[in-house]
Amino acid sequence: MTEQVIFYVSAFVALISAAGVVLNVRNTLYAALCLVITMLSLAVLFILLNAEFIGVLQVMVYAGAIVVLFLFVIMLLNIRGGDMGADRQPVLKVIGTLLIVGASVKLVPLLSESRRAWPEVGPEFGTVRAIGGTLYTDYLLAFEIAGVLLLAGIVGAVVMGKQRID
Amino acid sequence: MEVGAYVPVALFLFAVIALVFAPLMTWVERKQSALMQDRIGANRADILGIKAIGLLHPIADAIKMITKEDTVPDGGDRLLHTLAPIIATVPAMISFAVIPYGGSYQAWGAEWDLVVADLDYGVLYIFAVASLATYGNVLAGWASNNNWGMLGGIRVAAQMISYEVAMGVSAVGVFMIFGTLRLTDMGFAQQETFRLLGFVEHLGWVGAGTWWVELIKIPMWGIFLQPLAFFLFLTALMAENKRAPFDIPEGESEIIAGYFIEYSGMKFGLFYMGEWVEVVVISGLMTAMFLGGWSIPYLPDDVLVEFLRHGVGLNMANVLAMIAHVATFFLKVIVLIWFQQLIRWSVPRFRYDQVMNLGWKILLPLSLANIVITGLGILIIGEIMN
Repeated sequence: MTEQVIFYVSAFVALISAAGVVLNVRNTLYAALCLVITMLSLAVLFILLNAEFIGVLQVMVYAGAIVVLFLFVIMLLNIRGGDMGADRQPVLKVIGTLLIVGASVKLVPLLSESRRAWPEVGPEFGTVRAIGGTLYTDYLLAFEIAGVLLLAGIVGAVVMGKQRID
Repeated sequence: MEVGAYVPVALFLFAVIALVFAPLMTWVERKQSALMQDRIGANRADILGIKAIGLLHPIADAIKMITKEDTVPDGGDRLLHTLAPIIATVPAMISFAVIPYGGSYQAWGAEWDLVVADLDYGVLYIFAVASLATYGNVLAGWASNNNWGMLGGIRVAAQMISYEVAMGVSAVGVFMIFGTLRLTDMGFAQQETFRLLGFVEHLGWVGAGTWWVELIKIPMWGIFLQPLAFFLFLTALMAENKRAPFDIPEGESEIIAGYFIEYSGMKFGLFYMGEWVEVVVISGLMTAMFLGGWSIPYLPDDVLVEFLRHGVGLNMANVLAMIAHVATFFLKVIVLIWFQQLIRWSVPRFRYDQVMNLGWKILLPLSLANIVITGLGILIIGEIMN
């Protein structure tokens, strides 16, 4: 019962704040803050699903680091609403609409059939040890590839940072 | 596990941390700085002539803060201006929940675990919650509609992001040694001792039970197993705490007071309170990870209880052990607080580029090297033991 209440509240907050990210066109900073609230509500949902480690990482990495960087950029460049010119690009609007329609076509049947019982999981499920074990055995290749991708990103950032402005 | 059972414990802890330690910190800060600078320090506040070596100053400060006018600058964001100090303070207060301040005790049929939330990802919880406090400071700078405030906010964002990396990476060595992120497990692991010269016996150079091998025993505290990580982690945590010498977001001489330039009254007080609670949390976390938590060196829990039970019975022995352990824990915390104050009043503020260099070019590479060395060490010791 408590879990259901928590689920509905955090799911509702997640949806509202996600809408806020898109609708806060005038005030970019508020959009970024809405994104933080979305991340936090998602973390609650993860923890409800016994994926506590993922939930905490969600807070630590996305809410705690990445969106802070967003804020940093918004404040440093003093970006106001409309600066990005999103409302002047009809191509983006068309692509966005198409993506939403496509996603809905996939989502509706998925939602209607997913009313099955949740599988039982052991006490180890979602712990740091279990996830570490899975990552380093079953999904080692994907894990390493993600690592290489991040390394490439870091090297790229260093190269761009080293270029002198004459 | 019943959540409700922990509420009194949580409230007790909150009272200790927020209502006792944080105001005391203002007194400690003023008195210690006075001592170090050959002054007298706070000694004027009195009630009916009783001065209590300046201990009444925290009360006077609190009354002053609450009764002051609360101003929001023109053109500032009223909502965020009010929310920011709360966002900056609350994470510091709730992050103490996972730090164990005692072990596990049975008395009169009940089991007492002296930790509010015993989480599997304990240390990560603190990292996650602490990273949210950044928003409070950044938004304070933005909502003030003040260029100095804005600069302070940007500096906070940059500094927090930089040192979160070093903070996380430098703690990995400790996770590897203890094989867990759960702070209570770390506490129990640190009760053990190891023989410094034990390897000569395992290598077969001398027979088992040679007296000089048994002689030197060292507690399995994080600081002895991970000395480099201790200093890296403490430095990163102090930078996250952004008090001097890492107080570039405030930088009175450059950007006046940085992000809280437009704050007054209790809102201003909340920022300070958050910082002081963070000092206590840092000390608690360092104690739990590196200084053996609640454990008394060379005196494991069961030996202590066994020794005490002869006079007073098993139940009272457990309670006495609990009191001894909580006292030990807070003694270690107080020593670490003193150490942080010592640094805070000894070292001048770094320049902005020095802070960034320290974080990215010294702490991060050393932390990464520490992980490699720790891995090699675990491998070699594992080989010798078998």
